[in-house]
Amino acid sequence: MEILLQQIINGLVQGSVYALVALGYTMVYGILGLINFAHGEVVMVGAMVALAVIKVLLATALSPVLVLLLSLLAAVGVCMALGYGIERVAYRPLRHAPRLAPLITAIGVSIVLQTLAMIIWGREYHAFPQLLPNASHSIGGAVINEVQIAIVLVAVLMMAGLLLLVHRTRLGRAMRAVAENPSAAALMGVNINGVISTTFMLGSALAAVAGLMVSANYGIVHYYMGFMLGLKAFTAAVLGGIGNLRGAMLGGVMLGLIESLGAGYSGALTGGMFGSNYQDVFAFIVLIAVLIFRPSGLLGERVAERA
Amino acid sequence: MRNVPDFLRPNKRNAWLAFVALGLLLLVLPFATDALLGRGWVRIVDFALLYIMLALGLNIVVGYAGLLDLGYVAFFAVGAYTYALLGSPQFGLHLPFWIVLPIGATLACIFGALLGAPTLKLRGDYLAIVTLGFGEIIRIFLNNLNAPLNITNGPQGISQIDAIRVAEFSLGRSQELFGITLPSVHLHYYLFLALTLLVIFISLRLQDSRIGRAWMAIREDEVAASAMGINTRNIKLLAFAMGATFGGVAGGLFAGFQGFVSPESFSLMESIMILCMVVLGGMGNIGGVVLGGVLLVVLPEALRNGAGPVQQVLFGKTLIDPESLRMLLFGVALIVVMLWRPAGLWPSSQRQRELEAHDGEAQQEQDTVYDASR
Amino acid sequence: MTHPGEHLLKLSGVSKHFGGLAALSGVSLHIKRGEIYGLIGPNGAGKTTLFNILTGLYQLDGGSFSFAGTSFSCCKPHLLAQAGIARTFQNIRLFPNMTALENIMVGRHLRTHSGIWAALTRHAAARREEREIAQRALELLRYVGIHRHSHTLAKNLSYGEQRRLEIARALATEPKLLALDEPAAGMNATETESLRVLLQTIRNSGVTVLLIEHDVKLIMGLCDRVAVLDYGKKIAEGVPAEVRNDPAVIAAYIGGGT
Repeated sequence: MEILLQQIINGLVQGSVYALVALGYTMVYGILGLINFAHGEVVMVGAMVALAVIKVLLATALSPVLVLLLSLLAAVGVCMALGYGIERVAYRPLRHAPRLAPLITAIGVSIVLQTLAMIIWGREYHAFPQLLPNASHSIGGAVINEVQIAIVLVAVLMMAGLLLLVHRTRLGRAMRAVAENPSAAALMGVNINGVISTTFMLGSALAAVAGLMVSANYGIVHYYMGFMLGLKAFTAAVLGGIGNLRGAMLGGVMLGLIESLGAGYSGALTGGMFGSNYQDVFAFIVLIAVLIFRPSGLLGERVAERA
Repeated sequence: MRNVPDFLRPNKRNAWLAFVALGLLLLVLPFATDALLGRGWVRIVDFALLYIMLALGLNIVVGYAGLLDLGYVAFFAVGAYTYALLGSPQFGLHLPFWIVLPIGATLACIFGALLGAPTLKLRGDYLAIVTLGFGEIIRIFLNNLNAPLNITNGPQGISQIDAIRVAEFSLGRSQELFGITLPSVHLHYYLFLALTLLVIFISLRLQDSRIGRAWMAIREDEVAASAMGINTRNIKLLAFAMGATFGGVAGGLFAGFQGFVSPESFSLMESIMILCMVVLGGMGNIGGVVLGGVLLVVLPEALRNGAGPVQQVLFGKTLIDPESLRMLLFGVALIVVMLWRPAGLWPSSQRQRELEAHDGEAQQEQDTVYDASR
Repeated sequence: MTHPGEHLLKLSGVSKHFGGLAALSGVSLHIKRGEIYGLIGPNGAGKTTLFNILTGLYQLDGGSFSFAGTSFSCCKPHLLAQAGIARTFQNIRLFPNMTALENIMVGRHLRTHSGIWAALTRHAAARREEREIAQRALELLRYVGIHRHSHTLAKNLSYGEQRRLEIARALATEPKLLALDEPAAGMNATETESLRVLLQTIRNSGVTVLLIEHDVKLIMGLCDRVAVLDYGKKIAEGVPAEVRNDPAVIAAYIGGGT
């Protein structure tokens, strides 16, 4: 029983991170209909920048809370600029190109960012310092620490904020309009390029926060960390129904739970044949199963074939 | 077009001349690279040929049928591991090459159909992520199927794989043919070249066939294709199976050539690499795909060898280690080429102009349109 | 085989709804062999939905239809094409990056058999079939009058030519019933007139034609019988002159239009 609760807690924490990153994929997909393959690297850059800022500021006499906030601000700022730049360089010129062209430029951007990070920060794993006291609490035998509580809370807040933004503001209305029908939105006077840039920047800001969260949770930062995380988050976005914000959140949390429960129990269930090293398999098997029965994801709209 | 010298103008005689010249060039290529570029290069060319086979296989799925497959490397893995398991000390089996390769190809073909079947209802990017998932699943299994029962030997991989051998003639060591001593890599080169040419031939034949047209119709508009009576399910499965078969063959050759396989060779990055070859070269166009394969294998190698010395000359020291610089330039190249030519370096729309050359009137009309758009 | 006047297509109580919206409710109609049957009605009346059901793109929620003696309640598109229903689309769906000729050659897929083996070996029978496919495709291009553009990519054809190509592609499947979804939409008077002539020729060759159209003049001049749909229901059916004066039809067009 304690194990079950513990796995659920771990799954929720990991799932919150997936959800934040998945939102970035799903927002871009909703508006442009393309997979922003470089999004995972934005998470990595966020983590790296935050770490760099923390290292500099720790030498000063600033309070740890302030250091953390400043590093978060820096990461968000850099990532937003990066998101803007990626869209300008790799996607905007290709908006009317064959569908796979932007996918390849995205892969190119991803490789460039990863390699640059490797050149700047090296191949080694960096320890992410623990800035705030991180007490552990016990709930029914399972353990959750304060960083993990903070991760879930911040993720929930950010998602609520995003939903408010998209459904209650002028900008959100413009975003939805562009997603629905770009040319009609343009005719109605929506600045399409502006909306798309903003979307990339918002997604990247969420990615920066997610980057800081993973780093704080695992205490490790690495130039390659964005790749698998991005892949999982994208899987989560598809699981929930890509293009759908609530779907990305649901998909992220579900994926986190599936992985964590799968890893925790598969060994016992299969008599030790498939242990926790098959963790990544569960995610993909569930994804495939969901898509076979609901081809547009859990919350995706069932798009009737237009003839 | 006006300034093209006479010998470059396309006509039948020139086409034949070019064909013969290309044939001769391909025959002496390994000796030429040995003499001009240094010894390691034949091996790189061999790999380029393997990748061209893979890219042509993926081209059937992505380029012809328009199904975005991000897990293609899985079939490469199936072929390679089939060869490795049936022709190595792992199980003490040493089945001959000409039995193992077809088995690997058949298994890959079956896998292709099996993995294709559940994805048929999915469109575009959903298909991409599911195929990606399948690719990862296969890799994870290869990585972990060493316990409790050791099948794949896990992350260590399988080594001491038998060389490609027909009767007593082994490609694993130097052989004397027609008074010329051919090293192992040269022997592999000729085998791979022959098979690559076979794959090109098959691709060409499929392209201009009833099946090929059905694939392209599905790529262009699946709904219209089904309304025209095409059984989209079967035809898509056929594309998956064909593409996978090519992958399986290339995988078997890879295992026999390397003598070693491990899950590391079958990562997602590898699938992406093959996809890049297809898209960068020119989706759906065989020449373009071959070009893409050559470039993406040879370019990084050239960068690896050139990056160090060039930095020495420019800055007097090595600022960035050559491996990183290679990846950096590779990434930049992907972006720049796609921005410059979104349809690939050698897109199949070339075909369009070739075709229109037959239509006098249409040609003129087209020319004015092109001029106007410049 | 062809018995004039015999029913080729029978719809009985066909219904289809999307969520709460009934796109078609209990539509029954009969189409005789060899006639040109018009389907009219205000936008959103369910005409295209009906087409999509007949060609297997939608599954029906109620009722059934039979075609050439076989009953269908749910079916895959390619099987309906096999049975002999071919269609065009309201918003032209050609294979844009294939040439006009290739577009029609795809239409021949259904009536030919070459597989992978034939493609690879190109044995005598395969070559003959390929030649026949190309020949038939050229004939059809000529039939609809765009043979000059056989090697032009479909996307580079003019609008009227694309409409014609789509008809030729549908004819390539050797249909018993040709279903055309607003073939005259966006055409000028000359183009419409030559379309009318083409449809006459097609009918005279023995193919039954089902036509959705807004161009009243075309419908009146061409169709043997007309059905009117409104809000998913059939509100009138008969010869054009009759239907035109039907009060329910006038009400639907005038009342429903505003």
